[in-house]
Amino acid sequence: MPSRPRSVTDVARARFLERLAQWMYIAPAATYLLLFFGYPLVKNLVMSFQQYTITTFYTGAAPFVGMENYSKILSSDLFPKALLTTFLFTAGSVIGQFALGLAFALFFQRRFPLGGLLRSLLLLPWLLPLVVSGTTWRWLLDPDTGVANAALRGLHLTSSGVPWLTGTSQALVSVILVNIWVGIPFNTAILYGGLQDIPAHLYEAAKLDGAGSLASFRHVTWPLLRPAVSVVLVLGAVYTVKVLDIILVVTGGGPAGATETLATQSYELSFRQFEFGRGAAMSNVLIVLSLAFAVVHLRASRRAQNV
Amino acid sequence: MISPAGSSAWRTAARLTAAIALVVAATGCGGATGAGSATSKVTSITALDYYTDEPEHSQWGETLSACGRTVGVKVEQASVPGASLIPKVLQQASSRTLPDLLMLDNPDLQQIAQTGALTPLDRYGIDSRGFAQGILSAGTYEGKVYGLAPYVSTVALFYNKDMLAEAGVAVPGTWDELKAAAAELTRPGRYGMAVDANPTFESAWQFLPFLWSNGGEERQLDTPRAAQALQLWVDLVKRGSMSKSVLNWTQADVHDQFVAGRTAMMINGPWRIPALNKDKNLHWGVAPIPVPQTGQTPVTPLGGEVWTVPQSPSTARREKAAQVLACLNEPSSMLALAKQHFTVPSRSTVASRYAEQVPSMAAFVKSVQAARSRTRELGVKWPKAATGIYTAIQSALTGEQTPEEALRHAQQTAIGD
Repeated sequence: MPSRPRSVTDVARARFLERLAQWMYIAPAATYLLLFFGYPLVKNLVMSFQQYTITTFYTGAAPFVGMENYSKILSSDLFPKALLTTFLFTAGSVIGQFALGLAFALFFQRRFPLGGLLRSLLLLPWLLPLVVSGTTWRWLLDPDTGVANAALRGLHLTSSGVPWLTGTSQALVSVILVNIWVGIPFNTAILYGGLQDIPAHLYEAAKLDGAGSLASFRHVTWPLLRPAVSVVLVLGAVYTVKVLDIILVVTGGGPAGATETLATQSYELSFRQFEFGRGAAMSNVLIVLSLAFAVVHLRASRRAQNV
Repeated sequence: MISPAGSSAWRTAARLTAAIALVVAATGCGGATGAGSATSKVTSITALDYYTDEPEHSQWGETLSACGRTVGVKVEQASVPGASLIPKVLQQASSRTLPDLLMLDNPDLQQIAQTGALTPLDRYGIDSRGFAQGILSAGTYEGKVYGLAPYVSTVALFYNKDMLAEAGVAVPGTWDELKAAAAELTRPGRYGMAVDANPTFESAWQFLPFLWSNGGEERQLDTPRAAQALQLWVDLVKRGSMSKSVLNWTQADVHDQFVAGRTAMMINGPWRIPALNKDKNLHWGVAPIPVPQTGQTPVTPLGGEVWTVPQSPSTARREKAAQVLACLNEPSSMLALAKQHFTVPSRSTVASRYAEQVPSMAAFVKSVQAARSRTRELGVKWPKAATGIYTAIQSALTGEQTPEEALRHAQQTAIGD
């Protein structure tokens, strides 16, 4: 029997089924994203235009107030201070984490006894719950009884001790230091991975050309590490700008609001003062900031691909 | 009848949460009975509190069970940490899964009552006469009583008897005596005095007795009287009699400092007494909070948790919960509870009987009588004033602002919207 030519409808049917299958593959991920990312995001956006208080939770009534929440938080005299603190905290943390992370990555690239073990131990800060490490740091930095000041006094570097957590300018430095410590494993891991990808023969070639270690870092390591560097910096900035737990545990935003960032402000508004509308507005400002970093990252990576 | 929460998305989310909660409840405790409609016989009710620490948790568990037995229901107690209670309650309010019996810290009652999630207690024929005025006003919202507390507490001055004896210092009764005693008691590695001055509501609570005893008001924070009270704390830190770390300490930290012998005196509450008694080498005493001038009586803030009956579709469950609540507030229960927790029964007649039976608590019984609830003046606006107060404490103790400047800002925070 001669095979029947495929009709137009059959082709359309097959194409439709193929489409359907494609969508079925996407569906679980899309559902997940919509439910757990899309919904909260939209909800938060809507909330920021509402007068959303404790009562709303029970009655569901949240009157629309337009831009009032935004104008209230942006005109508050706490906002510029918190914005500056957020900037200093993010910049300080990211630079510190990156510099130390890169140093560790370069160090562990060399082969030496126990190198692998030490490298895995370096991941420890990552494995500890942030509340645990925050509490431990609070003890270490305690101005009266902490190890940090005991060491400084023992070395006769200071007689009275540094007010790590109680001085308005020192407290910000302290939370930055703690956050750097928390971020080192992430930076080291990614940068170490990036270093492994650089072919060894390039270093040999550089050596033959008479390049010292500094020159080979500048002309081989750094250019080839660029993609990893941009990932680390952008993700680092996005993670850091929203850090809440470390600050809450170590200083609670104090002393006198010296470590109050946009993230802690948002928490404070929502969960201490129960001004959920304003808390949502504040966190949206934070989301816009993170988004700006993400856009920079996407652009940079596209440029890197084109090169 | 309560109108269901807003949009359909809300309802979906609420149902999801409820479903998850149900699954958790079903797997968690196999004996859980069904939702119990109005017609079926209620055999068990749920209760939520923040008594997570032992022995408090099991003591309360026993009391709730005992009261449940007298009214013929099983009480399933759940406890969450203090800081998570309100978020938990809000979550439950929106998913309509509030417990049958809910405990709230007394300054939070009015805010929760304002939402409509609680039922007034007169509906169940609960008699609120005979309760001390302070706690009754904290449990009242718009003229109706929503919550009753079996016992109340307040803060006082705890001191280390050995350290005072060794330094030859008498227990301070006035502010000047407090400053002198604190300076006298300070040694290397030890401070004379400790308070909680951290950036939370806890420090506002500790500061209130100083503010109120000096004639300051939470309604008007930018007054010389309020500034004098704040100046006292500033002086203690400036003279080195109080660690600057008070800026970070919670009440629990203050307690730890005291137990470790790193401070000779502290402000704290009687709920610390069981822990203090555990250390046999620690000889401590308790006295009223020092007042500005001799002969004045300290005005202290009222602490204590009120029990409430949230809205629920089942009248039968609410009735049972109300019966358990009434049982908790019986004179005999409150007397037993107060003895267990070193607090003061909230019915005035029971309190005076208690003072005779437990002489060591007489100081607290006396100060609780004059104690004021934090929401008496400002009601649901109290959290704003409290935010202003703790911000001012932080600014003044760090030296960022003078007490006067700090309190001017506090007043702006308190009245701002």
